[in-house]
Amino acid sequence: MKTLAELQAIRDRMKDNVTMRSGSGSIRAVVGMATCGIAAGARPVLSALVEEVSKLDLGEKVTVTQTGCIGLCRYEPIVEVYEADKEKVTYVKMTAEKARRVAEEHLKGGKVVTEYTIGAAEK
Amino acid sequence: MYRSHVLICGGTGCTSSGSKNVRERLAEELKAKGLEEEIKIVQTGCFGLCALGPVMIVYPDGTFYSRVTPEDIPEIVEEHLLKGRIVTRLEYKEGAEITQPGTNVSLNDTTFYKSQLRVALRNCGVINPENIDEYIARDGYMALGKVLTEMKPEDVIQVLLDSGLRGRGGAGFPTGMKWKFARAYDNEQKYVCCNADEGDPGAFMDRSVLEGDPHVVLEAMTIAGYTIGANQGYIYVRAEYPIAVKRLQIAIKQAREYGLLGDNIMGTGFKFDIDLRLGAGAFVCGEETALMTSIEGNRGEPRPRPPFPAEKGLFQKPSILNNVETWANIPQIILKGAEWFASMGTEKSKGTKVFALGGKIKHTGLVEIPMGTPLRKVIEEIGGGIPNGKKFKAAQTGGPSGGCIPAEHFDIPIDYDNLISIGSMMGSGGLIVMDEDNCMVDIAKFFLKFTVDESCGKCTPCRIGTKRLLEMLEKITSGQGTLEDLDKMEELCYYIKANALCGLGQTAPNPVLSTLRYFRDEYVAHVVDKRCPAGVCKDLLKFTVDKEKCIGCGLCARNCPAGAITRTDYIAPGHKLASMEIDPAKCVKCGVCMGNCKFKAISKQ
Repeated sequence: MKTLAELQAIRDRMKDNVTMRSGSGSIRAVVGMATCGIAAGARPVLSALVEEVSKLDLGEKVTVTQTGCIGLCRYEPIVEVYEADKEKVTYVKMTAEKARRVAEEHLKGGKVVTEYTIGAAEK
Repeated sequence: MYRSHVLICGGTGCTSSGSKNVRERLAEELKAKGLEEEIKIVQTGCFGLCALGPVMIVYPDGTFYSRVTPEDIPEIVEEHLLKGRIVTRLEYKEGAEITQPGTNVSLNDTTFYKSQLRVALRNCGVINPENIDEYIARDGYMALGKVLTEMKPEDVIQVLLDSGLRGRGGAGFPTGMKWKFARAYDNEQKYVCCNADEGDPGAFMDRSVLEGDPHVVLEAMTIAGYTIGANQGYIYVRAEYPIAVKRLQIAIKQAREYGLLGDNIMGTGFKFDIDLRLGAGAFVCGEETALMTSIEGNRGEPRPRPPFPAEKGLFQKPSILNNVETWANIPQIILKGAEWFASMGTEKSKGTKVFALGGKIKHTGLVEIPMGTPLRKVIEEIGGGIPNGKKFKAAQTGGPSGGCIPAEHFDIPIDYDNLISIGSMMGSGGLIVMDEDNCMVDIAKFFLKFTVDESCGKCTPCRIGTKRLLEMLEKITSGQGTLEDLDKMEELCYYIKANALCGLGQTAPNPVLSTLRYFRDEYVAHVVDKRCPAGVCKDLLKFTVDKEKCIGCGLCARNCPAGAITRTDYIAPGHKLASMEIDPAKCVKCGVCMGNCKFKAISKQ
């Protein structure tokens, strides 16, 4: 027999699982997953982002998804962060480690990790 | 943690178009690519767009794929799930435009979904109906928790009364009133029943709710048990709905395991349980007293009311019976409040209504719209209009108990009272669209044949009256009718309506009455000119060969199953062979010759 409190616990535990299906969050983190991206190691980046978003409980706010070739193959793996009314942020030459920091500081904290962006890389 | 969910429809529509094979192929393919830990396959209930099944939706991006075959799966996995490139050739995006860079079209922006408002169907196509945890994740059983811990039975009734919820089975009786009456009768034993005996030809709203969200019905029935003071519920569901039956059985089992049905629900001491009763498919068992008689183990026949079921229903005890869609609205009303619900819809019809779109329409499927949405919007926008550029003639609502809405009322806002005022009715939600190729007399005959077959025979007006009515219709469609018959028919219709015992008989003449009201000219054409304007009624058709157009190829004669076509000795100017002709005495009016003729030389009148 489950009490109301136990049911609420199940709801909270399962919520992450179904929020993905209620449409997209206000922030979209898009990983380039074309051949070039995969070859450069995009898959661990994607997995790290997904895990971190779940761990930081950002499921309702952030949608992690993939896209095809962005056209900057030499900078792969690339992660782009879209947020309504803000300029797109492009992170380049990502790794799983860097992805975790982006999740913590940018997706959660709202602060762009400037040193990983394409602007910093092109300097 | 999965990074992506792939939802595949497991409703009856998509199951019959092969969604099971798609699902199995996808599971194999994910395994082969080592993605089974990253991507989750979820079998859901109906998405609504049954015409384009099997349908699949990929989250988090929400890409909607239609008409997916197992052969498409390797491409979807390789391109989309692995590389993030949408397989555009399979994507359904009618009417939607990409608004935000980096996103793809949202399902909610397509013309099919844009004007819909999903309340009763909120979980259909979103959760796995065989997993109680997914239902709980969407606030499932929270309404029951609220009712058991914070509300008195009177409060529940008041919320329902304030919400303005009316029965979705067709008649539109206020649900709160029904519960109030049943609560008022003092009895140790009371019953809660669910009417899932959906029998109208072409209707599948209730089936989709049961298949896509079975727990919502269990939760709402338990709330009703608490409210009226009952501890046993029955769901009367058609045996012809095997998927719905299976998912209900799973749901009941899971709810019992979680202690959401049984002796001490949520530790509050409240006791309630639900059992299934399978109907053998008699239409009359959708009528409340017949349904209860059938649950009792007797032959499904109605009995006179009063006494109404609220006083003496199942096993002569106070009972309530609500339709599946009505139940599906109730937990939401409890959680979000009466005002939220009453803010949708029109003055006397609150909330939304689910319709099963069928007939001559592009997007056959399931739609849920706010009450008061104009019929035109449902058909032209959501339904995608009528295929092949044909003209809208009428829409039939309410199935064999309802009537038709002609083109002159195309802009009518759909609600209970408006439909009654033009001689139709809301019904349970079947909406069959007809175009210029449908003969209205033939349609009336179709529905009447159905009621003649389904009449239980207990009362004379229905048993004999509908039979006589059908005979008159047959006389008319065979060209033997007289104008006097039309008047007699109308008189008989009113007689049956006034005297039949139950709802089946009382509404059986509606299709005849409403077609007579709006399409009397078609009846007159059958009677006076011995002609069927839509070219449907075979006895009034005549196929002829235009001898000037016929080149004499003989294709029609070779394909004629009756050997009714022979060569004449007339050669039209410019042609080399003699033209053909049809012997009306032998012709069976199958139309094969017309379909075969490449020169449009054969016509029917």
